[in-house]
Amino acid sequence: MAARPELQAPPEIFYDQSEARKYTSSSRIIDIQAKLSERALELLALPDDGVPRLLLDIGCGSGLSGETLSENGHQWIGLDISEAMLDVAVEREVEGDLLLADMGQGLGFRAGVIDGAISISAVQWLCNADKSSHEPRLRLKAFFGSLYRSLARGARAVLQVYPQNVAQRELILGSAMRAGFAGGVVVDYPHSSKSRKEYLVLTCGPPSLNAAVPNAKGEDGMSCSEDDSSGDEENQTVTISDRNRPRKKRKLDKKSKGKDWVLRKKEQLRRKGSSVPADTKYTARKRKSRF
Amino acid sequence: MRLLTHNMLSSTIKGVSNGFPLTIEAAKVVEKQVDMNSDFLKNIFSKIEWKPFVEAAKTLGFSELPEEDVQPSLLDSHEFLTKFHHALLEIHLEEGALVCPETGRKFPVNKGIPNMLLLEDEV
Repeated sequence: MAARPELQAPPEIFYDQSEARKYTSSSRIIDIQAKLSERALELLALPDDGVPRLLLDIGCGSGLSGETLSENGHQWIGLDISEAMLDVAVEREVEGDLLLADMGQGLGFRAGVIDGAISISAVQWLCNADKSSHEPRLRLKAFFGSLYRSLARGARAVLQVYPQNVAQRELILGSAMRAGFAGGVVVDYPHSSKSRKEYLVLTCGPPSLNAAVPNAKGEDGMSCSEDDSSGDEENQTVTISDRNRPRKKRKLDKKSKGKDWVLRKKEQLRRKGSSVPADTKYTARKRKSRF
Repeated sequence: MRLLTHNMLSSTIKGVSNGFPLTIEAAKVVEKQVDMNSDFLKNIFSKIEWKPFVEAAKTLGFSELPEEDVQPSLLDSHEFLTKFHHALLEIHLEEGALVCPETGRKFPVNKGIPNMLLLEDEV
């Protein structure tokens, strides 16, 4: 498994020019992004009346997901933190408007103007503290709070995420719920480690009938290779090969033996006749944290 | 950046209570032809803050929009729709800046992309 890009560098640094270039040259990445955004648009469940909507693409990158929105006739505004990725988007002449912005600082939109939001593989970046001033919980709160404000009542946001573990998933979902969203997680192909995809489907406003979470794909034993006609089982996710894998964590939770154990051992040695220092208040005392 | 986006954007600097509308300082404006979709225009019309929209269009050199008494009934007029469409979706601010109305902080616009990143003390 390739290392997660979130662990390597902050997004504005990680997605530099060479990394952004991959998003125009790799047909595999383009294909996956298109599939993800099509599915996200499907989950967005916009009314089927052919009226184009104003949508938001959070973490639009080079505009691959926005292209799907344009193909379906919608107007969109994309925001991303990586300048290099946005430059690629300008080169590709995407139809939506682009903003260089940090979603963790809150989205600067007026209240209730956006008809829906999608985000492909972006929100998990908020779980990382890349600067000393970053506090994931606060950044998630700012993001979901401002997203809730800018969405029209009853509008949906579909966020495709790659949470690193259960704690991250809970953190993200919890922040969304605290912001007032209703909804939950849709997991496509839950039994496959490769094509498993998680979508947060959030509805703005009080829970109602249409806030029900849609069904996932591939839940009832449906083969997940059905629509991956490429057969390229390896690398079905947009991840980057690992150059520097994360270092092994030092074992921190090793239990120390404690004062009782030290006193017992000293007593044993005294009985054997060795010279043992006297027991004082310093014996087996815990070191100060600065050591 | 089109005026559609400008009309939705507001400043999020800490302590700013009303960051809308951002004043435009235009250095370069381009126009790009887009197909008109009257359904979209009718749908988005109710969400547009008209006064700032007209002001912004003037700054970018388009002053044919009616300033007052804008009723939804105008949407049936093809002439109005064409102007509305042109101002909303075809005029792009390519280079320049957006200025926060309360603090005067400038958000530079380069290659049509406004830089809305805040400094640490503005969050």
